[in-house]
Amino acid sequence: MSLSFLILALLTLGGAVAAMTLHRLVHCVLALTVALAGLAGLYLNLGAQFVGLAQILVYVGAVAILIVFAVLLTRGAEIASQMDSSRQGRFSALAGGVATAAAVFAVLAWVVLHSPTLSAPAATMTQVAPQAAMQQIGDALMRRYVLPLEVMGLMLTAALIGAVILALEEKPEAQ
Amino acid sequence: MTQAPVQQLDQIFVMLKHWLVGYVPAAAQPVVSSLLSVVAILALFPALFAFTTVLERKGLGRMQNRYGPNRVGPFGLLQPLADGIKSLTKEDVVPRTADKAVHFMAPLLLVAASFLAYAVLPVGRNMAAVNLDAGVLYFFAVGAVAELAVFMAGWSSHNKYSLLGAMRAIAQMISYEVPLILSSLAVIMAAGSLSTVEIAGRQAGYSGIWPHWYVLTPWGLAGFLLFMIAATAETNRSPFDLPEGESEIIAGYYTEYSGFKFALFFLGEYLGMFAISGLGITLFLGGWSAPFSFLTWIPSWIWFFAKLLALIAVFIWMRGTLPRLRMDQLMNFAWKFMLPMALLVMVSAGVWRFLPHGVLRWIVCFVMIAVPYVLLGRGLLQGKKIGKRTYRFAE
Amino acid sequence: MLGEGIVKGLAETARNFLGSFVDEERLTTVEYPEERLPQAEAARNFPFLIYDGDDAEKGLRCVACQICEKECPPRCIHIEKSKDKKPDYVGKQQFYPAVFDIDVSVCMSCQICVEVCPFEAIRMDTQFELSTDDRFGGLLWTKAELAKTNEYYHSIHPTEAGETDARLDEEKAKVAAKAKPAEAEMQAKA
Repeated sequence: MSLSFLILALLTLGGAVAAMTLHRLVHCVLALTVALAGLAGLYLNLGAQFVGLAQILVYVGAVAILIVFAVLLTRGAEIASQMDSSRQGRFSALAGGVATAAAVFAVLAWVVLHSPTLSAPAATMTQVAPQAAMQQIGDALMRRYVLPLEVMGLMLTAALIGAVILALEEKPEAQ
Repeated sequence: MTQAPVQQLDQIFVMLKHWLVGYVPAAAQPVVSSLLSVVAILALFPALFAFTTVLERKGLGRMQNRYGPNRVGPFGLLQPLADGIKSLTKEDVVPRTADKAVHFMAPLLLVAASFLAYAVLPVGRNMAAVNLDAGVLYFFAVGAVAELAVFMAGWSSHNKYSLLGAMRAIAQMISYEVPLILSSLAVIMAAGSLSTVEIAGRQAGYSGIWPHWYVLTPWGLAGFLLFMIAATAETNRSPFDLPEGESEIIAGYYTEYSGFKFALFFLGEYLGMFAISGLGITLFLGGWSAPFSFLTWIPSWIWFFAKLLALIAVFIWMRGTLPRLRMDQLMNFAWKFMLPMALLVMVSAGVWRFLPHGVLRWIVCFVMIAVPYVLLGRGLLQGKKIGKRTYRFAE
Repeated sequence: MLGEGIVKGLAETARNFLGSFVDEERLTTVEYPEERLPQAEAARNFPFLIYDGDDAEKGLRCVACQICEKECPPRCIHIEKSKDKKPDYVGKQQFYPAVFDIDVSVCMSCQICVEVCPFEAIRMDTQFELSTDDRFGGLLWTKAELAKTNEYYHSIHPTEAGETDARLDEEKAKVAAKAKPAEAEMQAKA
């Protein structure tokens, strides 16, 4: 448990807790961004440069902005302040949240504890040199996992075309 | 050290850093070494920013047939001092309904993101602050954080027009990130690495007197032009400065900022401009390598800064020449023109790599880019009447 | 849409930039306060009193008729007539102003005082660098500050001054012509 891991974990957890508890919706979004950035820091701490930087580029740079746009272009920012704050409502919301969190945590813990890396003895684990990590990822994407890569590309193209069609369809109605 | 004096001059800053770090106990040496690099960046680039503000005002003035500022100091060169004193002593007005925490943090986040980008730029031979394996990806990731700072500035001001300006700015920045990254992908493909130090190193060879810079290939030239246009749009420089030009008309996203925070926004914007020029130099213009093989005796860091100053001069030149683009013209340009051209540049780079050396690959790659350029240019012009304006009733 | 317009524009600005170092006429900036643009001849700012000769008291053309004081729209002129008289430019005994104050902060440069003066005594000056930090008395000008020589008037408004002097010389000639036969008569009688 090194100091950097502690700090980053606290940052991530703090951001996540703040995202749940802050009053104004845009503050919650910014706290979520902090949590995502903390996650990226954790990846970088583990030496996974590509994943960590891609996390910042995609999540902080694109997903957070998307959420922000969604909050702004709808009336979410105002509705949040009129939430149901009765005792009954708050208790049931809290209970539901805790139950979901416990279920997700249980599944993740089972998966992690039973994964091959943890069950193998520590002596046989070799450190992946970060020097070759980028090339390994590129190699794997282009050779072993090329079919999933192409399928993802197809899916993204379909999403893009769908977005364009959705935007186009509004024009005849507007006329 | 039995190096030639030329090499000593080239590595003088590296040797200075090693000498200073030698005085520190071994446990703290990595920290102090990084700290020295950080201090160098923090001292150098804001000084360059101050110099650029006065250069820009005088340059723009000369282009517009007038003097620039010439009262403060010889030829007005101490003008940044006066500007700094002015922005530090202005009252910091925060709107009553503004979101104080976010309003305070937005300029800080912008400046922090802009400074972070300098960590991977190889300013000279062996002179990158951090040699990341995924340097270019790091650079773009940090640039994406700047967009968030823009949104925070626009939203926290609690001003409709600031918000609109911020949303337009973000839309512009996101749209132009695509051609930016695609054109740098062509370079990454050619160099085979994401590390900026590696990419600069690969362009340091010479065939005869000509350097191996990527800009001296057809796809490199097109990629460089696309990169610079996208860079101009990313940093909200003229002619893509609609988000800040709106300040003159209605409001921009930093209209509710005054005094030092406003100065911080300007600092962040100019630092972003230098950083992205630096990346363009590293990717296309050979980084720290000299343009001709007989000029390698000039230190590498001088070449980097000479190229940086040249690119800054080009930015100022474009600002003085071109009128501002409208929002829809901006977006059309990014998605309908630059994105297809960037994809073609990538294909051309790939073809260049696999064709044998010779005239054939020059011709093929050039035609692969030039013909669609002409066709796309002509094609996008259909249906648009560009010429002297005619009025229906006023004649 | 191939970008040739952009290239032409860039060439134009480059020509401007490089030309501004080589060709002095490109930069039309007048670097005030080291250089000043010459004012038009009919420029006017605030009034001043004219005196002929060297002595501001003896040569003052103003005879305190107070027409300008009455005609001034914002009433910024304050005149007090003297008790005794002094000879004017043709030798006739006339009153003179003991006090002649113009409040320049009120004056609106309408030139009405100049138009109505029958004695060519008050004209418009062209000085504009008149800022002062004395809020109360700094812009209230007395006779001593207002009186300036006829040569000065010639230097700022040469054409007008030439015409005024021609008229005054005509008057003097007429008075002298009338005086000569009268003198000849007096001599003949004596």
